[in-house]
Amino acid sequence: MSAMKALRDKNADLADLEKILNPTDVKSSVMPRWQRKALQRSDSSTSNDRFIPTRSAIDFDQAGHVMSSSENSSSSEGESDESKEARQVHADRLKAGLLDAESRVLAYKQKAPAPKAGYVNSLKVLYTAHGSQQVRKAKSTRHIPSAPSRVLDAPDLLDDYYLNLTSWGANNCVAVALGPTVYVWNAGTGAITELLTLDEGDDYVCSVSWLPGETGAGHLAVGTSAGSTELWDVAASRALRRMDGHAARVSCLAWNGHCLSSAGRDATIVHHDVRIRDHATGSCVGHQQEICGLSWSPDGTTLASGANDNCVMLWSAAQTGVRSQAPAHSLTDHTAAVKALAWSPHDRHVLASGGGTADRCIKLWNASTGINLNSVDTGSQVCALAWNPREKELLSGHGYAENQLSLWKYPAMARVKDLKGHTGRVLALCTSPDGSTVLSAGADETLRFWDCFGTAPAKKGKSRAAALSKGVVCIR
Amino acid sequence: MADGATSTISLRGSVDLVQEFFEYAINSILYQRGIYPPEEFRRVAKYGLSMMVASDDGLQTYLKKILAQLKTWLEEGDVQRLVVVVTGVETNETLERWTFAVNACDTENAAPSTAGDIKAITKQIQAIIRQITASVTFLPLLDEACAFDLLVYTRKTAAVPGAWEDSDPKYIADSQEVKLRSFTTSVHSVEAAVAYKDHDA
Repeated sequence: MSAMKALRDKNADLADLEKILNPTDVKSSVMPRWQRKALQRSDSSTSNDRFIPTRSAIDFDQAGHVMSSSENSSSSEGESDESKEARQVHADRLKAGLLDAESRVLAYKQKAPAPKAGYVNSLKVLYTAHGSQQVRKAKSTRHIPSAPSRVLDAPDLLDDYYLNLTSWGANNCVAVALGPTVYVWNAGTGAITELLTLDEGDDYVCSVSWLPGETGAGHLAVGTSAGSTELWDVAASRALRRMDGHAARVSCLAWNGHCLSSAGRDATIVHHDVRIRDHATGSCVGHQQEICGLSWSPDGTTLASGANDNCVMLWSAAQTGVRSQAPAHSLTDHTAAVKALAWSPHDRHVLASGGGTADRCIKLWNASTGINLNSVDTGSQVCALAWNPREKELLSGHGYAENQLSLWKYPAMARVKDLKGHTGRVLALCTSPDGSTVLSAGADETLRFWDCFGTAPAKKGKSRAAALSKGVVCIR
Repeated sequence: MADGATSTISLRGSVDLVQEFFEYAINSILYQRGIYPPEEFRRVAKYGLSMMVASDDGLQTYLKKILAQLKTWLEEGDVQRLVVVVTGVETNETLERWTFAVNACDTENAAPSTAGDIKAITKQIQAIIRQITASVTFLPLLDEACAFDLLVYTRKTAAVPGAWEDSDPKYIADSQEVKLRSFTTSVHSVEAAVAYKDHDA
């Protein structure tokens, strides 16, 4: 009996306990786990189970700031206005620095004025590295100044087509024969010295020629109207030799090493070896009239001579020791006297010759075979020829009517430029030792210097293209 | 304008310094990068250097207007960055981007003696200007006609007058960035950097 009562009491106690533990009148928003799971089973799409934070979406700085600023604003009530304002500014700036995503990018509506039309950014010119930025044509035409860089006065320069009165030596000195006197003008210093004066009657100097090469610098060969050839030491102003061999004036001289070839009105060429006592070593006979052009090839194998008989004759060097040598070739294409002769420095056998008033042609020859390669009518008497040592160009000096120097592109023989300035016909052309300047002697008694061949690459600083000084210096 | 007694700089003085710096820096960039012909610039002695300032009237008025607005914003503390963008006229492509980031200095932490001296600030500005000049050595050549534009990064809450419009940041596609020097008054600090289009990329 008591056991059953005890049990009943226990049940009542249990019921009370249950009532306490599971109060039904308490409202709770938290769903009991079993209920949640049941819901999840029925609707399995959402997992309400776990809270997964996405850190990338959280701006921790903002969050921290908002939290801290709310604390700050609440505590700042007691402070003065000014410091409060400063704090506000400070805080705002901090905010501005932190909140990058919230900044606006603003641009002024009106745009900046454009630079002048046609303005090219000059940085390229100032700072460009060599070669990398620019596209350059392979051979851009160089600027050839139209005016001479220098004009020298040469009074009493004989206006004789057949004479060769100027020579430019390897020592950068120009020898000019004015009447009976030979002057030497130093192109580097501008100093003028009178070398010699022929004192016999109407004697005059007919030709001058410097001994080529560095070893011979300072030795000048002078051909006179009396038929003698003199060799002078210019530095000592002293005649070293006086060589005879001609019956008439010596109007052309040409050097080949130690061999000096002289030719003139007697239509013979005499070879002199200047080192030995019996200097006359050989002679060339073939021309009928005065020889006015004489030139040895750069390789020293062939001598070219042009005369008043319209012939160009080529003589072999192997036979210079022979008396009365016959020509290897005789070229008769010209129809007037041939004074201008020039060997090409680029092609071994190419010879250029220019004819006088009746002919007016420049003819190009293969000297080893004697074949005419090209003939160009220039329209004017050709007095002298000079090749550009660096480019494939030929310069010719002319007479009536323009008295110009014409620059030709070789082998096309296209006229590149005309250099005008002489008021009388061009009598002679000489090239400077550095190959950049050409001297032209004119019948107007002037020597004009033209920078037409371009500067030598090693001496870039010396180019005087920009400032043209037309100083007239009296050579006397 | 620094206070006479102490060597700290007020907010107004700092704004003046920063705005002046921007004026000269923009002029220097325009001259050095050849955006305008060098004949349109004249020499002015400033910061102990000989600076080139635009003498063309149109350009000067344009810059004055922008800089005046910049000053207002600086005073409000709205400016975050000033960006000078150099674009090619033909290609309309951004070639260079000069960034000047303006930060408000933490006045509590900065040591009052070092940051505030006018001389020290001038020296720092001088260093930046020299760097802008020297940057031609590594910046690629601008071989086409270029135009420049000024962008200002401000806070969202800044008061924007009608003459200004929103713009895109004009980033450079594949860029190399070079960080230049910075200078700091005790109130502002300005950091300079240049980003340019990498031609080799």
